[in-house]
Amino acid sequence: MSDVPATSPATNPARSTSADGAYILSAQAITMRFGGLVAVNSVDFDIPRGSIVSIIGPNGAGKTTFFNTITGLYKPTSGRMLFEGREITGMSPSSITSLGIARTFQNIRLFANMTALENVLVGQHARLRSGVLSSVLRTAAMRAEEARARDKALDILNTVGLSYASEELAKNLPYGAQRRLEIARALGSDPKLLLLDEPTAGMNPFETSDLIQFIRDLRQRLSLSILLIEHDMKVVMGLSERISVLDYGQKIAEGSPAEVRANPRVIEAYLGRAATITG
Amino acid sequence: MQRAENPSQARGGGGLFPQARKASRNSMIAAAVISVFLLLLPVPQMLSEAGIVRLPIRFDQAFINAAADTACFTLLALGLNIVVGYAGLLDLGYAAFFAIGTYTYAILASSFFDLHVPFWIMLFVSGLVTALFGVAFGAPTLRLRGDYLAIVTLGFGEIVPIFILNLDQLTAGTNGISGVDKPAIGPVIIGANNDNISFYYLGLALIVLIVFFINRLRDSRLGRAWMAIREDELAAATMGINTTTTKLWAFGLGAALSGFAGTFYGAHLGFASPQQFNFSQSVLILCMVILGGMGNLWGVMLGAAVIYLLQTVVLIQLPTWLGNLGKSTNLDFLISFNENVRLTDYTFFIYGIILVLFMLFRPEGLIASRRRKLELHPESEKISDQERQDLYDVRETNQTDTDVRGSQP
Repeated sequence: MSDVPATSPATNPARSTSADGAYILSAQAITMRFGGLVAVNSVDFDIPRGSIVSIIGPNGAGKTTFFNTITGLYKPTSGRMLFEGREITGMSPSSITSLGIARTFQNIRLFANMTALENVLVGQHARLRSGVLSSVLRTAAMRAEEARARDKALDILNTVGLSYASEELAKNLPYGAQRRLEIARALGSDPKLLLLDEPTAGMNPFETSDLIQFIRDLRQRLSLSILLIEHDMKVVMGLSERISVLDYGQKIAEGSPAEVRANPRVIEAYLGRAATITG
Repeated sequence: MQRAENPSQARGGGGLFPQARKASRNSMIAAAVISVFLLLLPVPQMLSEAGIVRLPIRFDQAFINAAADTACFTLLALGLNIVVGYAGLLDLGYAAFFAIGTYTYAILASSFFDLHVPFWIMLFVSGLVTALFGVAFGAPTLRLRGDYLAIVTLGFGEIVPIFILNLDQLTAGTNGISGVDKPAIGPVIIGANNDNISFYYLGLALIVLIVFFINRLRDSRLGRAWMAIREDELAAATMGINTTTTKLWAFGLGAALSGFAGTFYGAHLGFASPQQFNFSQSVLILCMVILGGMGNLWGVMLGAAVIYLLQTVVLIQLPTWLGNLGKSTNLDFLISFNENVRLTDYTFFIYGIILVLFMLFRPEGLIASRRRKLELHPESEKISDQERQDLYDVRETNQTDTDVRGSQP
């Protein structure tokens, strides 16, 4: 312990042990490099269990890239990602989903030509076990599992207010409903940690305030931890308990909504240097 | 068993599998009529062979022969439909697996090596061998997407016939393998003395079996995973689907079906030669899938029947029919059409025109899957404007934020 030189937060053993209990996710010095471009630069980041945490930052700050390193779509160039104290760096997206991380996408990526119900059933894929043989033979166990999966999918659709549309193709749903269906699909995998990438993008004020309430309820009911990327400050300030600010791939601030709002570096990143000098 | 069914019954008779539930009375009747028609198809030939009736048109051996081959191509189209229609992987070299299946049977059940493994065992052996080839070929290539995969499969489709041509020791090269065994049930040999009728029924039985299995797979966890990958591979991976193994299943099962078909084909024809499996064969099967209706089992089967019969019966017989019509009606141009035009020379020209017309006017194929119908004809979508309006009305009445409410006129 004493021979760890120049302790950065990432290598501090005390911090690692606390990650097992209090933090559901710990990113330790995550760096993601694309050729010469450093999209995420040595970011340390923790999500306390059961909290709603937001990542904000100007466009191109590396928020979605950071999301992709969590869900396994990118393998970080360096650094470690711990989920419930277990290292998930470099695991495949499907294994990470099985462990309990689910996400939505910034640009909606539903299975457009499948029904809403089927979308949620696919979301449950990691939780279902039926193999090829039992499906062909349609064994009692397989049918029971399918019945449970359908009931659960209908339940989830009901939760997000889409039970009327269970047999509709995803692409035929109105925009706001598609956003909620993406959340429903993610919930299908029984996540412990839910990542929402700009969930209110393109929503009108009614839909947005609906969604804020919905996310709060969800956390309460399913005891989820939620990580949010969001541009709408009303959503960010209204929902999050902690906010991290990224700019040019670096974490420039972190803290409660009030702290972040008052942080001069954040104001600078959003409004430019002049704003901090004169204001 | 009984207890397992309870949850679905408790849901008000909703039933477990939506496709099965939705099978309406009309489609049940249609299926019954078609089955009876297919079962009775060889009856005219039987009667004429028995000398009971003399048929006015030539309803001869060739017709049922073509029908038996159609059964083989239907199996192939069903297999390719798993790869292309369900999993969305464009495979332009499917005939390669067909070739491997046929040759597996021809090598192990002919006088060439004097091996005579029974047909019924070979059905599964060929299926297994082609599935292994499918997996072995798929494992390194399935990481490619879209166009790139198409090009690689195209190459595979070219390589396999060349291999067969050059592996003289194993495949007899250009000569092909003749004297391939017929299937036998006990002492009874199916297809002895060019008996096409029993082959036709054998083909039908195989199709029924395969459709039964595919139907069940489609409505399972694996079937949904295939479609999810077709729709959005990245999102599918994020939903916990192991895209590599799921795609390998599609490739492997699709290949296994061509092994089935190949065994049937080899037994029916009694001969295997490398010329039977060129690129145009792959395209032909792909046309069947596309014209019939990608992703729809009934459409794909209809597509296979229409295209194969068009090629082997209509294009060959049509000039003769027109010539006969010309003779009886004294229309000279019909007679000279018969004497001067060989429609089979224009086979691919005619396919091309049909494909273009279909893509322009009926892109979903002869029988569209419900999915494709909704996709390509959104005006028929069920969700009504009223329902949409209701959705937003509910939103607004739920809204308790008074300052927003106050801003409404």
